Amino acid sequence: MFMFEKAVVGGKRYWAWIGALSAVILVGFLCYLLQLTEGLGITGLSRNVTWGMYIAQFTFFVGVAASAVMVVLPYYLHNYKAFGKLTILGEFLAISAVTMCMLFIFVDMGQPTRILNVMLHPTPGSMMFWDMISLSGYLVLNALIAYVTLSSERKEVPPPHWIKPIIILSIPWAVSIHTVTAFLYNGLPGRSFWLTAILAPRFLASAFAAGPALLILLCMIIRKLTKFDVGSEPIQKLAVIVTYAMIVNIFFVLMEIFTVFYSQIPEHMEHFKFLFVGLQGQAPLVPWMWTSMILAAASIFLLLVPRYRRNEKVLAVTCVMVFASLWIDKGLGLIIGGFTPSPLNVVTRYVPTAPELAIVVAIWAIGLLMITVFYKIALSVRERLAE
Amino acid sequence: MTIHRRTFLGVAGLSAVALAGKSTIGALAKAGEEAAPAAGTATRWAMVIDPQRCLRKEGCKDCIGACDKVHNVPLFQDKDHEVKWIWKEPFENAFTGEENPYTAEALKDKPVLVFCNHCDNPPCVRVCPTKATWKREDGIVMMDWHRCIGCRYCMAACPYGSRSFNWLDPRPRIPALDPEFPTRTKGVVEKCTFCEERLAKGEQPACVEACPEKALVFGNLDDPASEVRSLLREHFTIRRKPELGTQPEIYYIV
Repeated sequence: MFMFEKAVVGGKRYWAWIGALSAVILVGFLCYLLQLTEGLGITGLSRNVTWGMYIAQFTFFVGVAASAVMVVLPYYLHNYKAFGKLTILGEFLAISAVTMCMLFIFVDMGQPTRILNVMLHPTPGSMMFWDMISLSGYLVLNALIAYVTLSSERKEVPPPHWIKPIIILSIPWAVSIHTVTAFLYNGLPGRSFWLTAILAPRFLASAFAAGPALLILLCMIIRKLTKFDVGSEPIQKLAVIVTYAMIVNIFFVLMEIFTVFYSQIPEHMEHFKFLFVGLQGQAPLVPWMWTSMILAAASIFLLLVPRYRRNEKVLAVTCVMVFASLWIDKGLGLIIGGFTPSPLNVVTRYVPTAPELAIVVAIWAIGLLMITVFYKIALSVRERLAE
Repeated sequence: MTIHRRTFLGVAGLSAVALAGKSTIGALAKAGEEAAPAAGTATRWAMVIDPQRCLRKEGCKDCIGACDKVHNVPLFQDKDHEVKWIWKEPFENAFTGEENPYTAEALKDKPVLVFCNHCDNPPCVRVCPTKATWKREDGIVMMDWHRCIGCRYCMAACPYGSRSFNWLDPRPRIPALDPEFPTRTKGVVEKCTFCEERLAKGEQPACVEACPEKALVFGNLDDPASEVRSLLREHFTIRRKPELGTQPEIYYIV
């Protein structure tokens, strides 16, 4: 079944890693049981900051999921052969990230047992309905594509023709998942921070920087741990994609800042003030946001200079910087900043609690576990073929 | 295969739009049939508040107490977990952007009664993924506490902070249980319902009845002879954040 037999053979190091991830997942699961019995009151969320870490992580990982398109598109539309070995890794990354997104939404529900009401009472006017459609569709597409292409590879036959249109469909679908996710926040009348048409493009730009940066790191880790080497050409190409996407992302951020601060509309400025200098004496995110900005600027410099970009050791550090910068921006600033100040101009402090963080970390661990198992399968198939 | 799926989605979307249109027409037609206590024509419930009258009795919380009592509103000590149906908000928070450095002393920092605006174009209804909150034909924005999945999207959409979430079990926190009204469970959103259960019996909302200064006037906007309409004719009134296009139906006399 789905070549899972490949995932149950491994060395000591492999099982230690699986064991460690499972332990983290178990702790998070216990914390979730606590949340299930007590209510979401065990988190740091409040009347005024009604969404926090869970929804922010969801938003960030939708981007990671969408970024698979950055390897699929050059390979299938432009016949860029160097990405041939990478597409399966991109698709498995997408599957893991979408699953994480769904889990983050699930743990955020006040009444999780009623979640199927979304399908029982479909509401096309709600962006959450479309988000469900686009995320689950994207999961199905990628699972199907990964399974079919990897099975063909194992049998050493070319993939069937009918899969090609499905792969092509997955390209606009990837764009749609992040666009619809931006629309979740985009159309809310009282939330000035999100009420900007640049939000969806910005989401895409940051996704296409963070996702490929993660993929570069994964390729480097795989090279270290296994016999499989994607080679330096695809990594360099991905680095160029990260460079462009990161610059476009920062360009969009600056456009937003110009609009907000030149127009001087208080409602729009206050969110940025809260994030970057503090508001009403509260500045919990200020060090984070400046760290994000400095990392962004430094990483763009390192990416732009060919000498640094081509040096894989420097590139690895740069990719960590890109990923960290965008995680802070989207995984912290975007959601908390959007809720602060509230529409009644009240600043409410939000600090995630320990059980809340344990649940977040557990879902990361589930994502890592999925990537580990999937990559193990894919690489075992390839190692066997190479023999 | 996938083309079929997309076509299906397109057809489904179109039918949804068509259905929505049909139900709007249905609503308009049906609104006429609905028996309104005052007029006999359509009903559009609304409230007019006179903040100056409200301020006369300092520290008065009669309306809030009456509402909390009849609706089993839980009392949470932690401000972050508060559940509020009607409450007092400082003027500058209730009317953000309306204050100026010379705002009359009589208003600045003075509390204003706020609650659900029962908007004519409610963003909370627009975003709800399960239709657990919807607008009735008489304009009341209602909640189904059994369908709500607790996603809190409505709270993100409401520009007035009028919605509360049950972060913890509300039942042990109800000061005096009224068996006449349902209690809520943890994990669902709740808010003011204009006392629809009292309106159904021909009574006024609890807050209106409890106010010793008659600062709250409730009535039918569609009836030109109603008290709310005559107040709106005689006074200059403002609404909270009218620029957002939500068409709030709570009017404040200036």
